[in-house]
Amino acid sequence: MNNLTQTFSSSLGKKLIMALTGLFMCTFLIIHLIGNLQLFKDDGGQSFNSYAYFMTHFAPIKVISYLLYTSIIAHAIYALVLTTKNKKARPVGYAMHNGAANSPWTSRNMGILGTILLVFIVIHMKTFWAEYHWGALPHAKYEVSLSDPQNVNSISLPFDGTEIAHADYVDVNKGVQVIVSKDLYRIVAEAFKQWWYVLLYVISMVALSFHMIHGFSSAFQTLGWNHNKYIPAIKFLGIWVFGVLIPLGFAAMPIYFFFFR
Amino acid sequence: MTLDAKIPEGPLAEKWSKHKFNLKLVNPANKRKYTVIVVGTGLAGASAAASLAELGYNVKAFCFQDSPRRAHSIAAQGGINAAKNYQNDGDSIQRLFYDTIKGGDYRSREGNVYRLAEVSVDIIDQCVAQGVPFAREYGGLLDNRSFGGAQVSRTFYARGQTGQQLLLGAYSALNRQIHAGKVTMYNRHEMMDVVTIDGHAKGIVTRDLVTGKIESHAGHAVLLCTGGYGNVFYLSTNAMGCNVTAAWKAHKRGAYFANPCFTQIHPTCIPVTGDHQSKLTLMSESLRNDGRVWVPKTKELAAKLRKGEIKPASLKEEDRDYFLERKYPSFGNLVPRDVASRNAKEMVDEGRGVGGSGIAVFLDFADAIDRLGEDNVRAKYGNLFDMYQQITDEDPYKQPMRIYPAVHYTMGGLWVDYNLMTTVPGLYALGEANFSDHGANRLGASALMQGLADGYFVIPYTLGDYLATIGPKAVNTDHPAFAETEREVKDRLKQLLSLKGTKTVNEYHRELGLIMWEYCGMARNEEGLTKAKDLIRALRKDFWENAFVSGINEEFNQNLEKAGRVADFLELGELMVDDALNRKESCGGHLRLESQTEEGEAKRDDEKYSYVAAWEYKADNQPETLHKEKLVFENVKLSQRSYK
Amino acid sequence: MKLTLKVWRQKNAHTKGKFVTYPADHVSPDMSFLEMLDVVNEDLIRKGDEPIHFDHDCREGICGSCSLHINGRPHGPKHGTATCQLHMRSFKDGDNIVIEPWRALAFPVIKDLATDRSAFDRIQHAGGYVSINTGGVPDANDILIPKVIADEAFNSATCIGCGACVAACKNASAMLFVSAKVSQMALLPQGQPERYRRVQAMVEQMDKEGFGSCTNTGACEAECPKEISLSNIARMNRDYFTAKLIKEEVHH
Repeated sequence: MNNLTQTFSSSLGKKLIMALTGLFMCTFLIIHLIGNLQLFKDDGGQSFNSYAYFMTHFAPIKVISYLLYTSIIAHAIYALVLTTKNKKARPVGYAMHNGAANSPWTSRNMGILGTILLVFIVIHMKTFWAEYHWGALPHAKYEVSLSDPQNVNSISLPFDGTEIAHADYVDVNKGVQVIVSKDLYRIVAEAFKQWWYVLLYVISMVALSFHMIHGFSSAFQTLGWNHNKYIPAIKFLGIWVFGVLIPLGFAAMPIYFFFFR
Repeated sequence: MTLDAKIPEGPLAEKWSKHKFNLKLVNPANKRKYTVIVVGTGLAGASAAASLAELGYNVKAFCFQDSPRRAHSIAAQGGINAAKNYQNDGDSIQRLFYDTIKGGDYRSREGNVYRLAEVSVDIIDQCVAQGVPFAREYGGLLDNRSFGGAQVSRTFYARGQTGQQLLLGAYSALNRQIHAGKVTMYNRHEMMDVVTIDGHAKGIVTRDLVTGKIESHAGHAVLLCTGGYGNVFYLSTNAMGCNVTAAWKAHKRGAYFANPCFTQIHPTCIPVTGDHQSKLTLMSESLRNDGRVWVPKTKELAAKLRKGEIKPASLKEEDRDYFLERKYPSFGNLVPRDVASRNAKEMVDEGRGVGGSGIAVFLDFADAIDRLGEDNVRAKYGNLFDMYQQITDEDPYKQPMRIYPAVHYTMGGLWVDYNLMTTVPGLYALGEANFSDHGANRLGASALMQGLADGYFVIPYTLGDYLATIGPKAVNTDHPAFAETEREVKDRLKQLLSLKGTKTVNEYHRELGLIMWEYCGMARNEEGLTKAKDLIRALRKDFWENAFVSGINEEFNQNLEKAGRVADFLELGELMVDDALNRKESCGGHLRLESQTEEGEAKRDDEKYSYVAAWEYKADNQPETLHKEKLVFENVKLSQRSYK
Repeated sequence: MKLTLKVWRQKNAHTKGKFVTYPADHVSPDMSFLEMLDVVNEDLIRKGDEPIHFDHDCREGICGSCSLHINGRPHGPKHGTATCQLHMRSFKDGDNIVIEPWRALAFPVIKDLATDRSAFDRIQHAGGYVSINTGGVPDANDILIPKVIADEAFNSATCIGCGACVAACKNASAMLFVSAKVSQMALLPQGQPERYRRVQAMVEQMDKEGFGSCTNTGACEAECPKEISLSNIARMNRDYFTAKLIKEEVHH
């Protein structure tokens, strides 16, 4: 076995993969949240749809997105491998085990939380990501007045078999810039009108919160980045930014659409 | 047989280096042809096993614990002495030698003690190089503290866990050799007997404590590093497993047992709370630097205290007897261990003891807290106070501690010559298991020093001399002596397992302990000792008739283990009493009531008793023969201790 | 006090075990937990039953022999103490107490409550030392060590090797134990020459023994009788990754 495979097959190497993929997904969460804030814009989905197009077609981001898919899969697989190994490490369990006395609930249930998140990611990607790429997506047409860019006329176009993801041209006759794009916004808005989908989102974001509260700082511990001077900052980020702010931001979207749109 | 201690000729300071030069060496290529058996893996055993393996010998090491790291050396708290003179306070090898000889009340050998002081400096270097985290000063240099019986600061320490850190150091050296394949380690194996062929030790018979399997192991030499026998008193600060079995079996195979009655009783232990008590816990004697020892002036007040009718703090100054300060105005509470212990027992015997049982005296920090403030007292003694509170559930910041003496160390042990060889050729004893360096009383922080000196720096030289003499002829367990010894071991186990009487082994052990404590403890006299001898004999006889031993041999059987050890203690106890009877002088830790000064202090008798009493085993239930090794003092002047 | 004990009894490594209930009457609050078991055992022996086997030796919290899982926690309910220093005053009259052995693949039960922890020894064999022979070492004061470093190394070195960290961990991971030893040597100048070799060798042995992996729950730190800190684990990880991914030397 060469040094690298040996490293990554060791218990510490596997944990390193968990930590690195985990942290990578954390950075993605920030980008994803900021991008999705476009959903709150009252522009008939124009900026959101443009953003969706940009994220799926800009080459560097595409590369990163493949990295992300790999991370999700690796994180899940290694979690499964490690969990299986960890279960084997204690073939006979305790009749009485008081875990609450020595460790936080979240830290002992990362597997369950992670499973919820994985299920969520699959549904989430099926509804939006897969639909956007291969689904029968309707298009939205935005006619932006050339004389008054604030004046936008948005028109929903039903699915007509075209695969065009994005078009941008100027209609001189009408005096408007016409932007046609796949209308992911509508799909989102429709999905977020279903109560069970909203509930799924909220539950998943609670799971995300708990997963982050332990996971974020845990990744740093695994990497060995623990210095008394910045541990408090990592803990703060893990709890308040990744554990509270980000899940709240994501959960706010379906709630907003369900109740206020 | 006359005892030849083989102390080299010449000036004291040159003895060891001259001796080292005169010892025969084993050719490096021949070393791997020898097998050395090391029994016990405490400081002496682990350091010896590692050092010998480093030299190239094959070592087989045995311990009854589940890991060599758990040997009882690990529990030593205070520190380790070394004549480094890092503090520039006038320390020297000569001074450490002198303090140790004097502390031992002139009942140890000059040559051995000087060598101990000499190698003490190497021990510290060795341990630091192994990564032992000794306490340091801010400048990065090693810190020292002072300890009882010395006027210089020469004690190196690692908080209150010096023994642990030193043992882990020796254990790490041992691990390295196990990894290298030079040491074969046998955990959970108890040595059951020594095998001798033509009078030479050639191996041992062991019992695998998990499976009960009896096994023979052959070697060119056998090193017993099996610790002391303080557990003969049932209650002591020793670990539960500490026992005399290995040393006792060696004794029965011809190794003389020296000064068995020399035991050390430590004054500041946490008192017994009831019959259920299984062991005693020591607190560092540094507590006596600031605590004041007292009992109530009258028996009536003591009785009221015991019943809880009055509180200690409510007792007026004039109703208290600070007995150490009263009797020893110049040393006060800082009198040596033996004096403090004896006086505490005296108070309890007078009926002035305190605590629920009445078997304790107070150690009061109220004055220290007034003088220094609670925070300063906490900084100095916090961990000890916490430990006390944890065990007793009493807050020593609010009420005085209760303390009482407890058996702590045994200076006696197998007789060894200057080379650490017993009277059986090829059989060596190291550390607390031998008798050689502490005389009648051991100074604080000297046990660790001796264990490591023997293992790291003495045996690697002296063993070679014997091995070179006998030659590297292969040894194996084919000789009938092995089968014969195995048979004897098995017979003894069978005999123990056939005991299906009514009393548990533990009950016998407790009874033996009470006899030893009462009659062969801190103060003894002819009458008591004679009585004790009869009592022990009767108890031993009863044991072999009425004891109950459960289970079978072919399993993990802790009851059987204990039974074997108690059976040996029952034999040792009688020898201790014989030795105490013979030594009609007070010395070291022992007050012989017939030998006191007019002021009631211990009186040594150098004319009659300046010798090592080495006992030779004859046969079961027969008196042992006493051999005397005269102690010659050429370099120190003998003086009577006084602490008035 | 009167208590009811539910104790794991198992004849040896090859047989299946089960819980057996014993009454423990006449328990004094001043007894240590092990002394309470002594009393129960004396009764069992008198009745002709087999006493309960458990490892114990020094009974002052330093040898690391005792290893009981009491009411769902290694070494019982009290913080920072080994079983031998747990006193019965920590329990109430009438309590039920469940006593189990350490549970881990790497710590097979030998009998009743006693387990085989030699895996810890083997991890130490792999590299828990400074490779120096006796003699020929420099003077102890030749190498200066800052007090904070010496103190930190000492904190790591206080580990008693009891295995409570493994017992407490939901994954039966030995990371706290291994990292404490690795840390002690990694902090001290004496440990530097073999620093990166040591961490690789010890982790490799740890994996071979069948311990689980760390998920940073902190249970080990919370249950450690010597309060060894989790920062040791981070330090070990750092050294391990440095050794594997940055340093050029390869451990053979």
